[in-house]
Amino acid sequence: MSGEHLVNEHVRLSNHPPGLPLLAVKNLTVEFQTRRGVVQAVRNVDIEVAKGETLAIVGESGSGKSVTSYAVMRILDRAGRIAEGSVVFSGIDMRQASDEQMRDLRGREMSMIFQNPRAALNPIRKVGHQIEDVLRQHALAGSDDIKAKAIDILEQVRIARPAERYHAYPFELSGGMCQRVVIALALACRPQLLIADEPTTGLDVTTQKTVMDLVTELTRQRGMSTILITHDLDLAATYCDRVVVMEKGQVVETATAARIFKAPQHPYTRRLLRATPKPGGTLRGLLPEDEATGARHAARASEDKAPGDAESAPPLLAVEALVKEYPRAGVSGHGLLGFLKREKKADADASVFRAVDGISFTVGRGESVGLVGESGCGKSTTSSMVMRLIDHSAGKIVFDGEDIGAIPAKSFARLPLRRRIQMVFQDPTDSLNPRYTAARAIADPILRLGAIKGRAAIRARCEELAGLVGLPTALLDRFPHQLSGGQKARVGIARAIALEPELVILDEPTAALDVSVQAVVLNLLHDLKEQFAMSYLFVSHDLNVVRLLCDRVIVMQAGRIVEEGPTQSVLYAPQAAYTRQLLAAIPRPQL
Amino acid sequence: MTEALSNPRPLDAEPARPSSSLFAHARYVLSDNPITGFSFALFLMIALAALIGPYVVPHDPLASDTSAALQPPTWKHWFGTDQLGRDIFSRVVTATRLDFVIALSSVALVFVMGGFAGIAAGFYGGWTDRIVSRLADTIMAFPLFVLAMGIVAALGNTVTNIVIATAIVNFPLYARVARAEANVRRDAGYVQAARLSGNSDARILLTQILPNIMPIMMVQISLTMGYAILNAAGLSFIGLGVKPPTPEWGIMVAEGATNIISGEWWIALFPGAALMIAVFCFNLLGDGLRDLVDPQRRT
Amino acid sequence: MAALIGKRLLTVIPTLVGVIIVTFLLTRVLPGDPAVYFAGPAATPESIAEIRKSLGLDLSLPEQFGRYVGDLVRGNFGNSLSTGQPVAAEIASRLPASAELTLAGLFLSLAIALPLGILAAVKQGSWIDHACRMVTTAGVSLPVFFTGLLLVYIFYYALGWSPAPVGRLDAFATAPPSLTGFHLVDTLVAGDFETFRAALGQLALPAVTLSIFSLAPIARMTRASMLAVLSSEFVRTARASGLSPRTVVITYAFRNAMLPVVTTLGMVFSFLLGANVLVEKVFAWPGIGSYAVEALLQSDFAPVQGFVLTMAVLYVALNLLIDVLYSIIDPRVRLEG
Repeated sequence: MSGEHLVNEHVRLSNHPPGLPLLAVKNLTVEFQTRRGVVQAVRNVDIEVAKGETLAIVGESGSGKSVTSYAVMRILDRAGRIAEGSVVFSGIDMRQASDEQMRDLRGREMSMIFQNPRAALNPIRKVGHQIEDVLRQHALAGSDDIKAKAIDILEQVRIARPAERYHAYPFELSGGMCQRVVIALALACRPQLLIADEPTTGLDVTTQKTVMDLVTELTRQRGMSTILITHDLDLAATYCDRVVVMEKGQVVETATAARIFKAPQHPYTRRLLRATPKPGGTLRGLLPEDEATGARHAARASEDKAPGDAESAPPLLAVEALVKEYPRAGVSGHGLLGFLKREKKADADASVFRAVDGISFTVGRGESVGLVGESGCGKSTTSSMVMRLIDHSAGKIVFDGEDIGAIPAKSFARLPLRRRIQMVFQDPTDSLNPRYTAARAIADPILRLGAIKGRAAIRARCEELAGLVGLPTALLDRFPHQLSGGQKARVGIARAIALEPELVILDEPTAALDVSVQAVVLNLLHDLKEQFAMSYLFVSHDLNVVRLLCDRVIVMQAGRIVEEGPTQSVLYAPQAAYTRQLLAAIPRPQL
Repeated sequence: MTEALSNPRPLDAEPARPSSSLFAHARYVLSDNPITGFSFALFLMIALAALIGPYVVPHDPLASDTSAALQPPTWKHWFGTDQLGRDIFSRVVTATRLDFVIALSSVALVFVMGGFAGIAAGFYGGWTDRIVSRLADTIMAFPLFVLAMGIVAALGNTVTNIVIATAIVNFPLYARVARAEANVRRDAGYVQAARLSGNSDARILLTQILPNIMPIMMVQISLTMGYAILNAAGLSFIGLGVKPPTPEWGIMVAEGATNIISGEWWIALFPGAALMIAVFCFNLLGDGLRDLVDPQRRT
Repeated sequence: MAALIGKRLLTVIPTLVGVIIVTFLLTRVLPGDPAVYFAGPAATPESIAEIRKSLGLDLSLPEQFGRYVGDLVRGNFGNSLSTGQPVAAEIASRLPASAELTLAGLFLSLAIALPLGILAAVKQGSWIDHACRMVTTAGVSLPVFFTGLLLVYIFYYALGWSPAPVGRLDAFATAPPSLTGFHLVDTLVAGDFETFRAALGQLALPAVTLSIFSLAPIARMTRASMLAVLSSEFVRTARASGLSPRTVVITYAFRNAMLPVVTTLGMVFSFLLGANVLVEKVFAWPGIGSYAVEALLQSDFAPVQGFVLTMAVLYVALNLLIDVLYSIIDPRVRLEG
C-alpha cells in the first residue's frame, strides 16, 4: 500500500517540517452538551497520520469515530466542543486557528466525504456549479477556465460524459454517481488530507468496490493522506495501511492492518474481529471466545445438518413463476394545490415496471434458504408477497400444498394459516409500536391468533419466549425506546416465533445492528431454528452472513433469479457472472 | 450520530436507563422552557374565568347606567365603562365563557370530523383518500375567513353557525395532518407486524395508528384553538353571530372602535387585550406541547 | 416550463368547479325562502312569485345550477339589493383598493420577515433569535382588527402623525386619473406627488396592520426551514469544503430554505385576504371587503356571493403563481413534471 508516491506538484504549505506527521491529534477530548448533562463523546484520543499514509478508524456506533474527524475539521455542531488536547495539521495548531484560516484549510488542504452522498449535495444546484463554488472559493480557477476545470475534475472521477453531467442535478444521478461527485468536490483543490466518513455505507457492494478503488487510486496518485472512518474491519484492512480501533470514545488499539488481523492485542479488537463474518468461519466462531465455548450453545452445536430430507418430502413453500408489476411512478403535486398530495396514476405512461419477473423456488421443511441480491433486485418484494402482505400480479405461492397466493392479502390476516408464516423485520426500532411494552408486543400475535387464553397464561408464555430469545424477563415491561438495538431485535424474534410458525421470513434481520450484536442474533436465530424445526427464508444483501445461516442460496438480479444452489457451491464455485461479480466486490484484506 | 451520542450504549449488554418516561420528559421541557409552564398557568386562569367568571364579577355585565357612561378606568370600574355605562371588566370576564365555548366546540367538532376523515384517507388510500382530499382542496381554495363569512351568511347569523363555519374552515388543517401521519405509519414495521399477528385493518387503525397519532393531533388542537378564537372574534367584529348586548370580545372591540378616534381607548383595549392573551396562551401552549411530543421539531 | 404551467392550469379546473359548486350551494342553504329574502321586507305574494320566477327558483336544482354557471360566464353576478347596481361592476371598481392594500401589506411583511427569519436561524440563540420568536408568537396572537385600532389610537389620536382613518384619500385630495387603479402608481404616473404623499399616508397604517399580521407565519417558517437546511448534510459538505459563510447561507441554505416558505405563502395569502376584510372595516377602506361586510349586515346576499367567488378565484390564481414560483426554484419539480 505504502508504495512510492508521486511527488505532489503543488507544494503549498512549505512550512511543513519534514519528518513530522501531517496530522497529529493528541489527547483529544470532545464534549457534547446534552439533556443529561455533558457527555464526553471522545476521550484522550491520540492519532497520527503521516504524509501519504492511509489510516482507518474503526468502531461500532457510538464509538466516537465520526466525532473525532469532525473535531479535526472543526465542524462539530453547536452542542459539541473540543474540551482538551491538540490538533496539529501540517504544523498549524487547529485549535488556535482563526475561522478564516480554517476556511482556507477546509477544502484546500483537508477535505471530507460523507456517508449519504445524495444528501451531501445541494439538491437544487447543478453539480458542475457546486464544484465551481469550491474552486472559486480557493481561487484555483479564473472565470474563463473554471467550467473546463470543473468538467476535467468530473472526468477524473470517471463520470461518463462529464460535459453533459456538469449540468445535472443530484436527483438525476445514481447513488454511486453522486458519491463520485462528492469525491470530485473533495479532491477539486488537491488537498493533502482526505477524511472519508463511512463513504460506502448504504451503497451496494459492487458500487462500494468501484468507489473505494477510485478513492484509493486518486489519493495515491496525488500522494495524499487518507483517513477512512468505517464500521467494517474488512473494508478498513483492505484499503488502509494502519488501523485505529475505537470503543466508547477511546482508542483501544492502533496497529498496521496486517497486525490487527494476525495479532490483535486488545480484547475488544479480538471480539470485533471474531464477530465479523468471514469466509471459512463458523457461526459459533462469531461469538466471543468465552461465550462460544459456553455450555448453552455447545449443547446443541450441530453445525452440519444433512439437507437431504428436504429433497424427498414435498417442499413447505413452492413459488412458481411469481411476478409483481408496479405502474411507473407518476408525478406528485407541489405547493398548495397539491396540498394533500395524491399519488397520480400514471395515465399517460402506461408502461409497468416488473419488480419481480417470473421467479420460481422452493423452501423445504426445516431448510433455510438465502435470498441474496443488491438493492432493487426484488428480494424484499418477493418476501412481502410470500408473507401475503402484498398481492402478486401473476404466478403461484403454494404453502404446504395450498395456493395461498390465491387468497387476497387483505383477508389473509385473520386466517389460521397466518400463524404458520411469520416474519422478522429489518429495522427492530421501526417494527415495534412505540406505545406497546415488550410483553404486549410479544403477546399481540397470541392474543389475535393464539390458543392460549387468560392473562396469566399469556404472561407466562411471554416470559417463556423471552427466555428462549435471551431477553431478561425484567425488560418485558419496558417500552421500545428503553431497550437497546439488540434487545429490540430479540423482542421482534420472540414475537415472530410466538405462534410456533413453520416458515419464518428474515428480512435483513441484522442490517441495522452492529457486528457484535449481529453475531449474537445470528446464533440465536440458528439455535431457534434447530429447536423448533422451522424453515427460514433469509433475505439479505450480505453473502458472508447468508453463508453462515443458510443451506441453499438464491441470487437475484433485476427481478430474476440468476443462480441457485447449495450455499457451498454458489459461494465457492459460482456459475453466474453476476454472482462472481458480487463475490469479488466483497472487501478481502490482502494479508 | 447525535442519537448515538446522547445515549451512549454499550453493545448488547445493559439496557438504557428507564428514566426517559413521559413525566421526566415533561419536567425537562418545563424546566428547559419556563414559558410553557407560564402558559399552562395562564390557561388555567382563563379556564377558571370561563367556569366561574359570570358568578363572581362585581357588576351585572348587561346593566347600563347612562350617568356613568364612558368613564375611564377607576377603582369602581377597573376597566372603565362603555357608551351605555356598562362595567367593562365584568363584561370582559363574562365574555370568556362564550368565546371559550365557541372555540372549544368548533375545535372538538373539527377534531372528530377532520381527524377521522384524514386518518381514513391516509390509511386506506384509494377512493376514501380522493374524496377527502378533494373536499379539503375545495375548502382550501377559499381564503378561510372569507369562506367562514359566506357560510355564516348563508346558514344564518347565529352562534351555532359560527361554530360550524369555524369547524369547516379548519377541516383541511386537521385532515391534512391526520392523513400525513396515518400515511407514514401505514407501512411502518410495527403495522406490518400487527398484520402478521392477525389484526384486522380496523383493529390496526384503533390500536396501532390512532394512539401514535393522538399526541400530534393534540398539538394541532392547541395550535388551532387560538386561530378558532380569532376567527370567531373576527366574525363577530364585523357583526356576525353574537348579537349585542351579549358580552363577547370581538363585538366589544367593535363597539369601542368608533370611540378610539375620540380617545376613549379603554372600551376596545381591554376586550382586545383579553382576546390577545387568550390566543397568545394557546399558541404558547401549542408550542410547548409540540416540544413535549417531539423535541426534534422544536423551532 | 410552458408545459408545466399548462399542466398546472389543468389542475385548476377541478378546483374552480369546486369553488363554483360551493358558492352555488351557499345560496341554496339560505334559511327560509330565498325569494322572500331577495324581495325584501315590503314584498307582496305576487312580487315574491315574480321574483321566484325571475331568479329561476321554480326550476330544478341542476337547471338552476346551469343558469348560475351561465350567468357567471357572462360576468353576471346579480344585482345588489341595497344599491341596485350590478355586483360585478361594483366589485371591479373596488378591487384595486383591496389589491393595493393587500400587496403593500405583503411586501412590507416579506421585507421584514425574511431577513428576520434568516438572521434568527443563522445566529440561533442570540438576541435576534429571541426577538424573532417573540415577534412571531405575538404576531399570530394579535387580532388584526385590534392591532389596527391600537395603531389608530397611537399614531392618529395620541401622536397625530397619521391622517384620520377615512379611506384611501382624505377629503381634500382628488383621486388621480385611474390607470392601474393603484393610487400610488397612478399618482406617480400623473406626476402628482402631493396626492401620492396623501395616498401613502392613508395606506401606511392599514398596510402596517396587515403586515404585522402576516409577518409571523413567514418569519417563523423562514427560521424553521433555514434551521433545518443549515443542519443538513449538504450544508455540512459546503462548510467542509471551506466555502465562505456568505456562499453557504445565501447560495446553499437560503434557496433551499425558500421552498417551504414559498409553500407557506399560500397559507399567508389565505390569512391576508381574510384579514383584509377586517382591516378595511377598521380603516373605512373602500375595498371589496368592506363592500361585502356592508351587504352582509343588510342581508344583501348577491354582493356577498360575488365577493366570496371573487376572493376564491383570486386565491386560486395566487396559488397558481406560487406553484410556478416553486418550480422556478426547484429543478426537481421542473424537470420531473
